[in-house]
Amino acid sequence: MQALTATSLDAETVLRWLRNCADTYVRHKDELTDLDAAIGDADHGANMARGFTAVQGKLDGLKDKDIGTIFKTVAMTLISTVGGASGPLYGTFFLQAAGGANGKMTLTQEELVTVFDAGLKGLMSRGKAVVGEKTMVDALVPALEALRPVGDDSVAAALDRSVAAAHQGADSTVPFVAKKGRASYLGERSAGHPDPGAASSVLLLEALQLAVHSPG
Amino acid sequence: MKKLINSPENVVTEALHGFAAAHPDLVKVQFDPTFIYRADAPVKNKVAVISGGGSGHEPMHGGFVGKGMLDAACPGAVFTSPTPDQMLAATKAVDGGKGTLHIVKNYTGDVMNFELAAEMARSEGLQVESVVIDDDVAVKDSTWTAGRRGVGATILAEKICGAAAEAGRSLAEVRDLCKKVNAQGRSMGMALTSCTVPHVGKPTFSLPEDEMEVGVGIHGEPGRKRMKLRPADEIVEMLMEPILSDLPFRSGDEVLLFVNGLGGTPLLELYVVYRKAAELAQKAGLKISRNFVGSYITSLEMAGTSITLLKLDARLIELWDAPVHTAALRWGV
Repeated sequence: MQALTATSLDAETVLRWLRNCADTYVRHKDELTDLDAAIGDADHGANMARGFTAVQGKLDGLKDKDIGTIFKTVAMTLISTVGGASGPLYGTFFLQAAGGANGKMTLTQEELVTVFDAGLKGLMSRGKAVVGEKTMVDALVPALEALRPVGDDSVAAALDRSVAAAHQGADSTVPFVAKKGRASYLGERSAGHPDPGAASSVLLLEALQLAVHSPG
Repeated sequence: MKKLINSPENVVTEALHGFAAAHPDLVKVQFDPTFIYRADAPVKNKVAVISGGGSGHEPMHGGFVGKGMLDAACPGAVFTSPTPDQMLAATKAVDGGKGTLHIVKNYTGDVMNFELAAEMARSEGLQVESVVIDDDVAVKDSTWTAGRRGVGATILAEKICGAAAEAGRSLAEVRDLCKKVNAQGRSMGMALTSCTVPHVGKPTFSLPEDEMEVGVGIHGEPGRKRMKLRPADEIVEMLMEPILSDLPFRSGDEVLLFVNGLGGTPLLELYVVYRKAAELAQKAGLKISRNFVGSYITSLEMAGTSITLLKLDARLIELWDAPVHTAALRWGV
């Protein structure tokens, strides 16, 4: 169990994060689906809930495993259960993040940033998306920037900033015209709606924030 | 929601069990990872042809598995791309020693999942080529979108590539044929109603009684333009104009004219559409050498139609006419 002032993230907290993910995606399933129905094909909520419920089923077998192994298992589970675009995207995020976490039972704040950065680079190259195209990247890029440690900051404080930045990023997608994914077929008609992928990225980070803030 | 189902969660699985039970002479169905494959797979010394996509488009793709067409099809959840483990398992199951072609519709999820599957298959020493189908002229600006969607030309490519594979062509030849069909095919669709995804329980969009969506895809997503409903002939003109003005049709060309129903439109109306589409094609100087009318790429119970024109040559005609024996298409056998 880690304290709020901790400057690193341990494997136990990572497992709690992933358990929170399953809860949050099941709870927000209809909300994500409604966002997707407006500009996509109404499957994002069900897909994320299915994927992270499957991840939850694997967590007991991951006790005492290193964070790299945990991330790799999450990646393969998401890739094989989510489908749609979000499966390969979030799957690639965890797969690339696993590299910097191999053999590690804790990540320092710097390592957390490195791991997040590697995951995000993987996700962006799989999706060929950049900021401003109305995708999950619009939430994740500012979230990564805000995660970088400031002074003698704690993981909890850095995550608070990161989640706030992700929220802002997700909100910024409302006026955007989508340039990637199924929403792009709507052209101008995609403007005025938030991006469901950016919304699910915020939930992912909020689940981590919750795991860090409410230990055990 | 009023549907002939037991529960939204089990729709796809139960339908697959039914499909397997109905066509044991043609296909087998494997679960977890899920794919439909030819009962006689793997066919030795034949290039294997695989496709896949979300469920809800039946008979595409499972209905086209069998001799002369697909070796396997990977169904995802309703309107959701299948996952790479499905394509990988299907590729291994049907590989006959001459490699496998993946025919992929251009939707972000499908492309990414097939991309991952091809990477995994190659890392296991399998020979895989992929062709992405993007024949939908409704998507104008492909620089600022995910590009043209894969619609009607997909099953024409599946039929033609399946016949070429059956005739013993190499993987590179079958791949090139697939690219050719994609390059010479153009489609455009419209919807009169939305559709209801079972696990959502309500229509994906709402369309007033007197309006239609023009330029729709096949996932219940809204189209490019919403407008007042017009008579069938005017709608067909609206669909044919962008198809004909796009490359590569010229006066004197031989074509295949495919009028597709989106699931909720009766055949009676599809022939009204065919009548006008054929008239317009002939007026443009095209010779309709082959035609295809029916609901083959559907969007659940959506009412509407899509029109596809494929430019033909003697070789493509021969492959189109070659025997096919699947649940949804059967001739020459």
